[in-house]
Amino acid sequence: MKLQRKTRLRATALGALAVSGALVLTACGSDNNSGGDTGGSGSKTKAASNVKCDGAKGQLRASGSSAQKNAMDLWVKDYMAACSGVEINYNSSSSGEGIVAFNQGTVGFAGSDSALKPEEVADSKKVCKTGQGINLPMVGGPIAVGFHLDGVDSLTLDAPTLAKIFDTKIKKWNDEAIAKLNPGAKLPDKAIQPFHRSEDSGTTQNLGKYLGAAAPSDWKYEAEKKWPAPGGQGATNSSGVAAQVKQVDGAIGYFELSYAASQKITTVDINTGGAAPVKASAENASKAIAAAKVKGTGKDLALDLDYTTKADGAYPLVLVTYEVVCDTGNKADTLGTVKSFLTYTASAEGQQLLTDAGYAPIPEAINTKVRETISSLS
Amino acid sequence: MASTTQTQTPPARPGGRTRPTPTGRLGDKIFLGLSRGSGILLLAIMASIAVFLSYRAAIAISKDEGNFFTTFDWNPAGSPPVFGIAVLLFGTVVSSIIAMVIAVPIAVGIALFISHYAPRRLAAPVAYIVDLLAAVPSIVYGIWGALVLVPYLEGLNLWLDQFFGWTYIFEKTEVGVARSLFTVGILLAIMILPIVTSVSREVFLQVPKMNEEAALALGATRWEVIRLSVLPFGRSGVISASMLGLGRALGETMAVATVLSPSFLISLHVLNPGGGTFAQNIAAKFGEADAFGRDALIASGLVLFVLTLLVNGAARLIIARRKEYSGANA
Repeated sequence: MKLQRKTRLRATALGALAVSGALVLTACGSDNNSGGDTGGSGSKTKAASNVKCDGAKGQLRASGSSAQKNAMDLWVKDYMAACSGVEINYNSSSSGEGIVAFNQGTVGFAGSDSALKPEEVADSKKVCKTGQGINLPMVGGPIAVGFHLDGVDSLTLDAPTLAKIFDTKIKKWNDEAIAKLNPGAKLPDKAIQPFHRSEDSGTTQNLGKYLGAAAPSDWKYEAEKKWPAPGGQGATNSSGVAAQVKQVDGAIGYFELSYAASQKITTVDINTGGAAPVKASAENASKAIAAAKVKGTGKDLALDLDYTTKADGAYPLVLVTYEVVCDTGNKADTLGTVKSFLTYTASAEGQQLLTDAGYAPIPEAINTKVRETISSLS
Repeated sequence: MASTTQTQTPPARPGGRTRPTPTGRLGDKIFLGLSRGSGILLLAIMASIAVFLSYRAAIAISKDEGNFFTTFDWNPAGSPPVFGIAVLLFGTVVSSIIAMVIAVPIAVGIALFISHYAPRRLAAPVAYIVDLLAAVPSIVYGIWGALVLVPYLEGLNLWLDQFFGWTYIFEKTEVGVARSLFTVGILLAIMILPIVTSVSREVFLQVPKMNEEAALALGATRWEVIRLSVLPFGRSGVISASMLGLGRALGETMAVATVLSPSFLISLHVLNPGGGTFAQNIAAKFGEADAFGRDALIASGLVLFVLTLLVNGAARLIIARRKEYSGANA
């Protein structure tokens, strides 16, 4: 009896050891993760040597748009490699959550797919005691329309046709409207299966803005984060939509360009009415953003994108994501880090990093204003 | 499951529970105080959660420009804000019914196999593997469902449409892959299988040996033994097991969100993509929702809570009415 109890005790002790050991190990694991994996970044870290770390110290928390997550990851990694002792945590949740966190004062800046709404600006005045929240355009990117159609390697569409496809008004791939834009292509008699985001998303809203502006008579829905049209099928996240397009013959869907690249999905060229159909690429998106006007007042640099641009090689289906900060009244303990970090992201070097990740740099004319504004933050 | 020891006692229970009288020893007093305190604390926490949720839900519903129960839309961020739970309620109930119809017979079959047919050497591993299904995180089911189950179900859908289209339910009127309530039902069925199986198995193992042996002595075959003594004895246990499973099916979130193609339309064609469930809608909308949108989602969550409460209450009523048979009154 006694013996048995002893072995049982020993077993419990062993079990406890195993559990606590596992806990310690996992704790180590998560530490390593936040430190950032340095796979294949050696060369880039060197390039970031002229980051200015003046006034940066301690920890900076930020939150928001997942559309700019990959860009943020690159920036944060390089910045932290250059400025030791500074820690930046960008929590890529969603634009909505980012703005909520910003207006509660829990983050130094927020990333957002769309500019602050008037009521959000009003809210921000509580956090920015002497000023208000402003938008700084930091990352641009093309929204790619990917398709999967066996036997068809390239496809050109224009805004009205895209609108009708996503509104399920055009139901077959061999529809006249598509055939007219793609002379010579062998379009099969197959049902079009349009996929959209099933959860609310800034990408959906930006697609809606584009279709509403470029094809007003075919897209009568308001540009909202939720998918407005009754037809089509939904999938979760950009990765979910991309996976469905990859899987289903006859599918068409929209997502950031990087998903098309990583999943090897063919993207649609857009006929803007210019000289030639335009491919979805970072460079072409930058050209379209260059046609944008600043609509924000004061230091706010919210952009008014020109979706109907016919400029050569300008891909009009773009989104611009912003960093939201206070113009004045930033928290003293994070102000230095925010200024230093955003100065780096808006620098030529920081913007150059974007193209490697499938994003589009902000055109020089706007970027200059962004840098001026950042240096004037207080 | 917790009733293994109780079932050994004869059906006639010692009349009403008597409270243990404190013996006056210090340890007893402390323990009494602690347990009473934690009981009260639990009630207080539950009550405050309920008050908080109802309060937030009331704010949202009072500003809803649509009808909370009949509107086929979810747009609390719109102007005017409009949202309703009709589609979610329908989708939750329909997908759970499909899951139950598929899962319960299979689970009872597996449980009978493990408890009465399988050789002992096989029974233990089978039971273990079925239980292991419960440990798989639901997001893994979701990803598996989206990548494997959905493409494979297309053939089944076409077949159902061709031969059972006349039932209206299995008529497929819209093109699209199998991201439908029917697929969700199949996935949920797989997910609730372990709980229903393991509780049913426990119950079947509790059937008094005397009953079975008596039946065998009268010349009954093994199937007749099961039909005459095991199933009637286990009925209430199987019902409560199914209700446990139903509870999981009603609240399943990530797997549904990954597999379903949600839309705010009600259609009885279960093969068409579309529909939605409470939990799926909360998961999908919470991220981008503003403060008011979250209140609206909380309101929908409250409805799910009430629905679950009703289901559990109904289950208790059914079980209570069959008490005389019940060896395992869960």
